[in-house]
Amino acid sequence: MNSNGLLDLLENNARLTYQDLADILQEDETEIKKEIKHLEDERIICGYHTVINYNKALRNEKVMAFIEVDCTPQRHKGYDKTAMKIANYPEIDTMYLLSGDCDFLCLVQGKTMFEVARFVSDKIACVEDVRSTKTLFVLKQYKSNGIIMKDADPQETNRLVVTP
Amino acid sequence: MMKPINPTIEQLKPSGIRKFFDLANTMENVISFGVGEPDFDTPWHICENAVYSLSKGKTHYTANRGLKELRDLIAEFHTIRYEQKYDPENEIVVTVGGSEGIDLAMRTLVEEGDEVIVMDPNYVAYIPAITMAKAVPVPITLTEENEFKLKPEDLEAAITSKTKAIILNFPSNPTGGVMSKEDYEKLVPIIKESGIYVISDEIYAELTFDGQFASLAQFDSIRDQVIVINGFSKAFAMTGWRLGYVLSNPYLSAQMTKIHQYIIMSAPTPAQYAAIEALAYGLDDVARMKAEYLNRRNLLVSRLNRMGLKTNMPKGTFYVFPNISSTGLDSETFCARLLEDQHVACVPGNAFGEHGEGFMRMSYACSLNDITEGCDRIEAFLNNLKKEITE
Repeated sequence: MNSNGLLDLLENNARLTYQDLADILQEDETEIKKEIKHLEDERIICGYHTVINYNKALRNEKVMAFIEVDCTPQRHKGYDKTAMKIANYPEIDTMYLLSGDCDFLCLVQGKTMFEVARFVSDKIACVEDVRSTKTLFVLKQYKSNGIIMKDADPQETNRLVVTP
Repeated sequence: MMKPINPTIEQLKPSGIRKFFDLANTMENVISFGVGEPDFDTPWHICENAVYSLSKGKTHYTANRGLKELRDLIAEFHTIRYEQKYDPENEIVVTVGGSEGIDLAMRTLVEEGDEVIVMDPNYVAYIPAITMAKAVPVPITLTEENEFKLKPEDLEAAITSKTKAIILNFPSNPTGGVMSKEDYEKLVPIIKESGIYVISDEIYAELTFDGQFASLAQFDSIRDQVIVINGFSKAFAMTGWRLGYVLSNPYLSAQMTKIHQYIIMSAPTPAQYAAIEALAYGLDDVARMKAEYLNRRNLLVSRLNRMGLKTNMPKGTFYVFPNISSTGLDSETFCARLLEDQHVACVPGNAFGEHGEGFMRMSYACSLNDITEGCDRIEAFLNNLKKEITE
């Protein structure tokens, strides 16, 4: 079974059915089911998401911010222990360890600016070994997960319907 | 009273595809499998290079044969990818799409009364090109059983003393058929012996899925009899840029350059700069799009076969050519009713020649979602047909 092919397909479109996946990869449907189950059990597939343009939906109910976090790494543990203390907060959507000026970059989602600000100052800044934080509020999202956020355009398909 | 115009043009039939296009274009919510061009937009870095060239004032004519830098890249690309060796100095002409190449080749080779062999089914533009040159098209039937390949015995039988050239298009629009090097090898002695020219339209070369792309231009013994037509439209998703090229021996190339010089001057300059970027940095894009086409092909062919429309797994292009004769409808009726009932556009096989009857052409240059939705609709259409017959 071509697991990488399967992962590529699901990464781009998690709504393909087992039968579609089987047709595309020229495999048996039951084999596909088994393989997906295996990938989920192994936590290689960790979840399925929908890409939403929040510029359009729930405009006033969602605020995003990137938080740069500096911390002091711990002997024998490096950054991982502090990282898990932060990542466990449900407000943290995405989190990376970076090279360069800051250590962690966290994407935080909240309902209001105040809520996000309070989360950073009351929770993240107070985590043991965190030295400083810097909050960057998102003003507008242009692209997410490889998809450009734009309005539906009835003229978008500018190909002719039938051509030689 | 005005004088009559050229009767050859007046009698030329408009493409059968056109009729269908007019019908489909008036409808809403159409899923189209009728489009003969990639659904991908031209990769952004390629567009950007054209824009940059404009900002630098590259808005003048180029050399008739095209920019030297572009010809060098074309020569290198064909040597590495296809084992085809052409000298950028005197064997390459950059044209306005592959279509101009077909016209150049035809005008250069053919005179009134000559015979030109074409495949049936074939791409819609070849027979009109032959007719406009006042030559006679001689079709060879390609069959589903033989995966729409050309058989040496059929070629041999079609050649007469009047035969001047043969037009080949593999990977093939509309059938998706592909000729391997072994398949071509058997044709070589026949072509060598007869001295006919081969016009090889290889525009879908990059979209060869199983095995290596092969061409008659790879055989040294007949290389000088072959005119290769290729371009950027299909491989790099650049149809609207209208850029192709013709590869041939220096003598033929010089003759074709004369026509090109008088009717075109030089291919559009911004498109040539875009093409330079495409060949220099665009091969990853080609691979990405090809992988995507392969997924779509597999999905579409599996679904068609499961719903009872017998379909060969095509080895190239982005077309499938399902056999619809089991439905009892002719291809035009089938496609017209499918369009009316379910708003799914496919092109009737008879638009591609007499022996395209019983088939339809479906392009999978559309999204996976469109393919699933389109197939659901075709399935519903077939079920309605069955009910109609039993009632």
